[in-house]
Amino acid sequence: MINTMECAVDAQSLISISLRKIHNSRTQRGGIKLHKNLLVSYVLRNARQVYMNEKYAEIYRMQQYEEVMTVCNEIQELNPLDLVEDCEEQTADCCGSANESASLCGALLPVSHQAPSVQHLQPSSACSVPLALQSEEVCKAPEPSFYRSCCAEAYPVSNCDFSPVNSMHCNKTTVLDLDTHVVTTVENGYLHQDCCASLQQCCQGAQSPAKKRKLDFGYYVSEIEEVPDFTPCKRAKFEDSSYASTEPLDTSNISNLISIFGSGFSGLVSRQADLEQALNGQFCSKQALASLGAWTRAIVAF
Amino acid sequence: MIMNGRKITVGGGERRLSGGAEKSELFILREWQLMLCLYLFKCTESDIISTVEFNSTGELLATGDKGGRVVVFQREQESKNQPHRRGEYNVYSTFQSHEPEFDYLKNKTVKLWKISERDKRPEGYNLKDEDGRIRDPATITSLRVPVLRPMDLMVEATPRRVFSNAHTYHINSISVNSDYETFMSTDDLRINLWNLEITNRSFNIVDIKPANMEELTEVITAAEFHPHQCNTFVYSSSKGSIRLCDMRASALCDNHSKFFEEPEDPSNRSFFSEIISSISDVKFSHSGRYLMTRDYLTVKVWDLNMESKPLETYQVHDYLRSKLCSLYENDCIFDKFECVWNGSDSVIMTGSYNNFFRMFDRNTKRDVTLEASRENSKPRAILKPRKVCVGGKRRKDEISVDSLDFSKKILHTAWHPYENIIAVAATNNLYIFQDKCRAG
Repeated sequence: MINTMECAVDAQSLISISLRKIHNSRTQRGGIKLHKNLLVSYVLRNARQVYMNEKYAEIYRMQQYEEVMTVCNEIQELNPLDLVEDCEEQTADCCGSANESASLCGALLPVSHQAPSVQHLQPSSACSVPLALQSEEVCKAPEPSFYRSCCAEAYPVSNCDFSPVNSMHCNKTTVLDLDTHVVTTVENGYLHQDCCASLQQCCQGAQSPAKKRKLDFGYYVSEIEEVPDFTPCKRAKFEDSSYASTEPLDTSNISNLISIFGSGFSGLVSRQADLEQALNGQFCSKQALASLGAWTRAIVAF
Repeated sequence: MIMNGRKITVGGGERRLSGGAEKSELFILREWQLMLCLYLFKCTESDIISTVEFNSTGELLATGDKGGRVVVFQREQESKNQPHRRGEYNVYSTFQSHEPEFDYLKNKTVKLWKISERDKRPEGYNLKDEDGRIRDPATITSLRVPVLRPMDLMVEATPRRVFSNAHTYHINSISVNSDYETFMSTDDLRINLWNLEITNRSFNIVDIKPANMEELTEVITAAEFHPHQCNTFVYSSSKGSIRLCDMRASALCDNHSKFFEEPEDPSNRSFFSEIISSISDVKFSHSGRYLMTRDYLTVKVWDLNMESKPLETYQVHDYLRSKLCSLYENDCIFDKFECVWNGSDSVIMTGSYNNFFRMFDRNTKRDVTLEASRENSKPRAILKPRKVCVGGKRRKDEISVDSLDFSKKILHTAWHPYENIIAVAATNNLYIFQDKCRAG
């Protein structure tokens, strides 16, 4: 078990730092340093293990929470008017702008319970406090602070930004399922779903980060299956979220990680000519995508 | 870099030749005095010293820098006229071994240089005059025998051998065998054996490259021949293990005779466990009975007869354990520190940050931290022991961990084969210290 207490940065930041080191090494003078890149890949693997464990723990908690919420919603069907009033109060407190906040919040409620005022979508909205939170309070469900108001940065930008500094201010991971067009955000370890339309706008508006996302995605999708402490119910939940299963791999073997970079890692030791091609991130990301096969594609971004 | 008499083998890494022995007691209490400091006023990357080595007698000291330049120092003979200058080192020769730009990407060539002295030159040729112009034979009326006349000492370095095209990856160490007939060169995945006389052929004796590069889990980090047994060598890996191999067993030494590894302490596991356990240097003791290894935070002494764990472990700068995240971000965690034995194998020395270097006395278990810096070094100045404050109240002379300068690192040091004279490379400066007691 990796002891993370002594580390000043979290696993997610370490992952982005490590990927950046590997990417930079391709353009560094003196050629690829095999030894250094090998050591960086070990840090990457360790950080991934910790991150995945934390993420699955949160998803499991959220899953339990959702089950409770479903029960609460059924109870609330009896008093729809009370629900709308509470929503407007709470969202005003949260973000100071009922319209702005309600757009994303609306996505979380079952459709039948959404008030007309919350239909308008605001892609630039930063607040994603869900209306479900209000129901939760009415239900007196456990952990009312489970969902927090998000960071002040504009929603698309924060997810597209790769610098570790930003990722430390706003620890968000966004998952877009290209098949169902459902966007899921893991923020500070907490999972909630955002509206799909806003993310589509985000993707259109930011092309180069999207390329980077492919790189990260290839990395993440392959590793999903490796977490050894995955309980059967968690696995079922995640397969619903459209991660296809792959053959089981030894977590201590970094070969799977390297295969994500495809010939990108072999390219680390190849001749100069190949390095030129590898220098643009496209090469690596194409390889990562090419190795996916029949997997359902999901994009994970920092 | 290897020094053998007046021959220098330059390639990469630093290896010691065996020398004599000297008794030293209460070593840590000795006082170290600055003998020489070679400062470079400019510091580009080319000026960074990458290796330091004494020759087998200690008469010569060589340094190499990243620009491919080699500087050789020679010790003055003791003189009755100037007794206080006994045994000073002066620059003896300097030459360019490798070209920094062109060879950087192909840092896979080993060159053997010969340094020769010339202090006489012939005069009185018949067919040409003193300027070298050919004389008209018709003008020659008598013949004479050319004689040798003294001239100012000229030291020349000439390349005698170039061993190339045997390595795909960067060479990280070379080691000359005790038979002085062969040497080995090591890169990340292979070790090749050369004959000093044959430059166009080498034998591959270790190859850890997997069939599928995606299965790569470790690389070779250093290798060295046994000081007395010419069939025995060791190599260290990025996973923190050392393998001892016997060349008599088979042509390809993929199967080791001994395997040294200490099991990891699970309570110490962190994101960076693999990095800090990677061995950056391995050195046989002069006696050949022990091995010393350096990883990021410790120096370990191994008994060749005990593979399961080291005999001794010394903490070089354990206060960095809580700073590993920052050191990873600024790449310092990848620094490759070397380590050296003193002539009698009783003291070991290695470098650290802030221009600090550490000595550990194996007998008394005492240690000392010294600093090689321009500010604290006047000629004949005595080095004052330094201390790093690891928390709590900082005493007056202590330095706190957060004040350490991580750009000032001492990666390369050398110890005279049998005297208490040390050479310390601090970035682009070279310091030579001697034991004050010895100097009188």
